[in-house]
Amino acid sequence: MRKRYIQAINEALTEEMERDPKLILFGEDVEISMFGDTTGLLARFGPERIRNTPICEATLTGMAVGAAASGYRVVLHMMFANFIYTGFDAIANQMAKLRLMTGGQISLPITVLAGYGGGSSNAAQHSDTPYPVLMHIGGVNVAVPATPADAKGLLKTALRGSNPTFFLEAVGRGGEMGEVPDGDYTTPFGVASVPREGEDITIVAIGTMLKPTLAAANTLAGKGVSVEVVDPRTLVPLDEDGIIRSVVKTGRVVIVDEARDRCSAASQIAAVIADRGFHALKAPIKRVTVPNVSMPYAPDAERAVLPGERNIVDVVIALLNRPAGIDQAKQ
Amino acid sequence: MTTVTREIIPDRQRLLAMYERMLLIRRVEEQLSADFHAGKLPGAVHLYVGQEAIAVGVCEHLSAADRISSTHRGHGHFLAKGGDPKSMMAEIYGKDSGICRGMGGSMHVADFSKGIIGANGIVGAGLAITAGAAWAAKLDEEGRVAVCFFGDGAANQGVFMETLNISTLWNLPIIFVCEHNTYSEFSPSATVTAGEIVDRARAFGIPAAVVDGNDVLAMWKAAAEAVERARRGGGPSFIEAKTYRIHGHLEAEIHFLAGSYRDEAEIQAWRQRDPIDRARKYILSSKTADQAELDGIESRIRQRVEEAARFAEASAPADQRLVFDLMFVGQNP
Repeated sequence: MRKRYIQAINEALTEEMERDPKLILFGEDVEISMFGDTTGLLARFGPERIRNTPICEATLTGMAVGAAASGYRVVLHMMFANFIYTGFDAIANQMAKLRLMTGGQISLPITVLAGYGGGSSNAAQHSDTPYPVLMHIGGVNVAVPATPADAKGLLKTALRGSNPTFFLEAVGRGGEMGEVPDGDYTTPFGVASVPREGEDITIVAIGTMLKPTLAAANTLAGKGVSVEVVDPRTLVPLDEDGIIRSVVKTGRVVIVDEARDRCSAASQIAAVIADRGFHALKAPIKRVTVPNVSMPYAPDAERAVLPGERNIVDVVIALLNRPAGIDQAKQ
Repeated sequence: MTTVTREIIPDRQRLLAMYERMLLIRRVEEQLSADFHAGKLPGAVHLYVGQEAIAVGVCEHLSAADRISSTHRGHGHFLAKGGDPKSMMAEIYGKDSGICRGMGGSMHVADFSKGIIGANGIVGAGLAITAGAAWAAKLDEEGRVAVCFFGDGAANQGVFMETLNISTLWNLPIIFVCEHNTYSEFSPSATVTAGEIVDRARAFGIPAAVVDGNDVLAMWKAAAEAVERARRGGGPSFIEAKTYRIHGHLEAEIHFLAGSYRDEAEIQAWRQRDPIDRARKYILSSKTADQAELDGIESRIRQRVEEAARFAEASAPADQRLVFDLMFVGQNP
């Protein structure tokens, strides 16, 4: 059945809270729900399990750790992903580290929900894509679902799992529709999907970037270019094998990522491909990312820095037209 | 109607148990100090000498089901809550038999089976974690409480205010125990802390008391009231325990500090108020026990500490593969 992205998330939360009485959810304004993902949960599960909080991210992340270490499965809604920064000590120094630091005495079944990404004129403090930072701290999983079906399946995996997971929702995409399987299902972590198969080039598209990538693949098909699209779905764990498999098949790869270029998820994926797929490469690995700038407010300025279909098409065409064996770095 | 004020005092058995536990902490810390200066410990140690009455007076009211968090100066809380000195010392030695398999070390001793949810290397981090544990305790409805031990330094972190706020709003079964040990790392408290810390709790309407943290009976009494309040659903309490850190911020400081940051006279004055000496005098003067019995406790403790040190030293090194096994449950890092 076709459902909205945000509706798929809401269904996963509802079904899992129904299934597991130890699952509790808290965060800023989760009762009324700014994004719609927690709508109806309070009425259904009551104020013990669904709790509005003060605006105090540094404490909320720490409380999630304390409650999880005390036997609960905890969902913390952080609203915008930029607020991860204000709650970062308990994420980077506690959540990510305590299992190791305690010699494995505890697991921390925590799912952190947060909306990320630009494109809505939310300006720089509400538009970040902090997954590269989260990938770097170790000890936390990072899910970046691009479709309603994956949003529901990945969230269920997070909620049933035993590790801290950041489930990052594409803020501007909540209304997008997609086919969602009926009934109960989970989508495994660390398994990339291949939304489109092709022969000439692989495009790895992260989260919000899947949509413009699929549009670009269509356009390129009209120009006789067969594109294979790979969606990692989770960045930690990362399906390295799945990415390499596609790169070995096509010999060319572009990675599209809404993160800032420097130390982006795309940078990490490029490094993995260089390490493990170098033998198969017929051309340099290319990244399409956001420049190393903060997201502007004005719509035109924002569009100018966000990767779009046109950027992706241009990079692919340039890569395919590149004379074999000549290093473009000399240009 | 008449109000009967009942003077609560610990019975003989409890008093002697508290004395023994304070002495255990003291002797373990002295052993660790010697071990550190003998080059036997791989990392930093922050010792609890002089503050023993606080952890012991509070933890005497707790069971293993109650949870405590503590600080980088956390050995005392670990032992006061019933943690095993052998596995703690092995942890500090970086051994596989350590309570955290040698992965945490001195600043991170924890034993979840005993409700010790962790010392913590980040000043103030335990506050929010304890609030989470208190929330869990409230949801459990089993009368459990959570105690957060933290220092005057942590009271200057923003999470302190945030945690007081949410604990009050949610009526959490939490006891805040601020150990005001006069120094915030190497800085005198007065140079980094405005006003009285206890007033910060009072601003939220939290029942708050300032207690002589070197008096185990005073700590025991204050904690009795606070723990009882939390157990019956009365919400958070706050205790500011005035005390003094006899050792430095960390044992290694004599090797890297250019000069001294406190007066010897100040340290000596506080030594006169030593919590263990005071407890001993009280026990003898109240005829709770005689010197022979206290000597028996002393020799028992010395033996335990020697055994623990021997165990730690003789244990196998930490297993390096654990680093990869323990980052995630069932998943490679």
